[in-house]
Amino acid sequence: MSINRQTKSAQATSWSSLFYDERVRAILYQVLAVVGVALVAYFLWFNAATNLRQQNIASGFDYLGLEAGFEISDRLIEFSPADSYARALLVGLLNTIYVSLLACVLCTFLGTFIGVLRLSPNPLLSKLMLIYVEIMRNIPLLLHLFFWYTIIVFIFPPVREALQLAPGVYISNGGFYVPVLEWSFDHTMLLITLIASMVVAYFTNKWAIQKRIKTGEKVRIWPVHLAIITLPLALAYFLFTPEFNWNFPELGRFRFSGGGRITAEFAALLIGLTLTATANVAEIVRSGIQSVNKGQWEAARSLGLKGNRVMKSVILPQALRVIIPPLTSNYLNVTKNSTLAIAIGYPDLVMVSNTTMNQTGQAIEGIAIFMAVYLGLSLLTSVAMNWYNGRVALKGR
Amino acid sequence: MSNVAKVLISSRRPPEDTTSVAGHIRKNYFGTPFNAIVSSICIIAFVWVSWLLIKWAFIDALWTGTPEDCRINNGACWPFVATKIRFFLFGYFPFEDHWRPASAVGLMLGMTALSMLPFMWRKELFYGWIVALIAMFILMSGGVFGLEPVSTSKWGGLPLTIMLSFVGIAAGFPFGVLLALGRRSKLPAIRTISITYIELIRGVPLISLLFMASVMFPLFLPDGMTINQVLRAQVAVIMFAAAYIAEVVRGGLQAIDDGQYEAAKALGLSYWQSMRLIILPQSLKIVIPPLVMVFIGFFQDTTLVTIIGLFDFLNTIRGAMRDPNWQGIAVLEGYAFAAVVYLVFSYIMGAYSRYLERRLKTSHD
Repeated sequence: MSINRQTKSAQATSWSSLFYDERVRAILYQVLAVVGVALVAYFLWFNAATNLRQQNIASGFDYLGLEAGFEISDRLIEFSPADSYARALLVGLLNTIYVSLLACVLCTFLGTFIGVLRLSPNPLLSKLMLIYVEIMRNIPLLLHLFFWYTIIVFIFPPVREALQLAPGVYISNGGFYVPVLEWSFDHTMLLITLIASMVVAYFTNKWAIQKRIKTGEKVRIWPVHLAIITLPLALAYFLFTPEFNWNFPELGRFRFSGGGRITAEFAALLIGLTLTATANVAEIVRSGIQSVNKGQWEAARSLGLKGNRVMKSVILPQALRVIIPPLTSNYLNVTKNSTLAIAIGYPDLVMVSNTTMNQTGQAIEGIAIFMAVYLGLSLLTSVAMNWYNGRVALKGR
Repeated sequence: MSNVAKVLISSRRPPEDTTSVAGHIRKNYFGTPFNAIVSSICIIAFVWVSWLLIKWAFIDALWTGTPEDCRINNGACWPFVATKIRFFLFGYFPFEDHWRPASAVGLMLGMTALSMLPFMWRKELFYGWIVALIAMFILMSGGVFGLEPVSTSKWGGLPLTIMLSFVGIAAGFPFGVLLALGRRSKLPAIRTISITYIELIRGVPLISLLFMASVMFPLFLPDGMTINQVLRAQVAVIMFAAAYIAEVVRGGLQAIDDGQYEAAKALGLSYWQSMRLIILPQSLKIVIPPLVMVFIGFFQDTTLVTIIGLFDFLNTIRGAMRDPNWQGIAVLEGYAFAAVVYLVFSYIMGAYSRYLERRLKTSHD
């Protein structure tokens, strides 16, 4: 009897000790979490499948091949209503990439400039920049977009009375009209030559620096660079003899013909995105430069480095380490914020997807596509920026 | 042979005056020619922009009048804002019951002001917030205490903006903390789930979640069950806020010295005890300033519900602009009003965040 009771209690303690065992608990928690997530996912999937069947909505991605049947005004590649939904989405994706890329480049230059001005010893200048940054950061982007769009559409003159800023450059409430170069094969060849010679110049520059580090001998590199850039370009010019025909916009009775058009939607989106992102970049650059110890400035100056050289060779390389990670997330934000285009009618990926979803009723697929695309873009940007960050990061410690 | 000067050295000029106001300005603003040019450009630019603004908003502006008067006038049309302000603020909420959203907004702003005082940071404040959020919900929806029930489709304006952002942050916070702990957990399955959720949400734009809420949610619910549009948007904002709060809290958790974790373990505290009593109180204190910044972000991001057709503060203003009487006449005044409201609120919160950062820093050194 007593033995029996003992084994029983021993069994009980072994069970409870099993429950209190950390390893057992770890497995238990994880199993519970996975099962919970799986159950929720199954519940949602089951409901969606039932609802779709009841509402007779097709599922799958077959609709991508169907004829889209809507017009897209702003586009980088050819598109007509007879093209497929897939091509419409591609047009939207290219628009998204185009406007985000432009905004990223612009905000980097402007933001760096303003960030440096924020540190100017002239208090007037730095305060003025502070006002700019505070105003831009504290107003929602959507309000910015509506505001700029309204300015263009309501304040600018109608197309018939378009303002001429410069020969061939008009502004009106329908957007901006600018002359464009008639691009041909010859121009492409010229551009390729230019890029190729710049790549060569980059490597000769690297070689010159390496040589200077090794031998201390200074090579006069700039004549070499001049030759590398200009000679092939001149050669290519005579070889291909491109014609520089500018296509000027001309004001007809009601609208412009010829030339290039920057639509009001695109302009408002680019202005809004750039202005807010610029303020963020300015703050990132300012805090990056300020994070470099004061002693670094003093040490660089006492080594005899002058003005720009201190900034370029000592301060900036150290500041970049602090600047790159937040700058990355700023670029990602610009890309994600470009989705607000839908509010003012610029046909970016989300707006095209939305039209597609309204026409086909296939909401899940539509949202899945653009979510996947944004995840992909985010991933690409972070991979690229991480690679760059790895290059500027502190090494050898 | 001592070296004695035979000639009296001519007296030097007194050192330049840099301490008086005039001297300070001369040195810092006009010390060098370049500085003088920069200062002049700054002054001219500032005066010019301010003049344009003042001319539009005050000198040329119309303060009373009809839409017709505004059409002729060049400056700002403030009668539009004056006649529409109740609609700006409260949207389609029944006109005679406007005191309800007004007191809800007052309650929320009052609670925010109270929470900004560090000596108020104790448990009672937390319970106070729960009571205040419930009170706001009752004020808005009615149906009890003799209040007329008001359906959520009529909610709009500033109360909706405040509700979406405040509830979003308040409800997202516990999820965010759990996700942050999950991301730093030693259990691989829980860590993977947390990381996947956080990165998935942070990788997509808020608008895609709002679209999901407005288009996809109904498909995901069992047959016959519906959730109204406002609540769906609120859920999307909470889901979004949780991921962002999680990343901020993770930063706080990482800032805590390893010794604290080890000491808690050495005292025999369980995981949850050590988190609740040792780690979280310290790390949450560090992350208050960045959390305030997240909050400002969400206060601004709630404007995105405009796109899925909810009447938040920005959208009620756009709605007022579509009034046939005023359409095309007052196009910027409403936006200017909204900009000032967002600017003032965000600026105060931002300044508060910077103040806290300074304050918390000195207490650590």
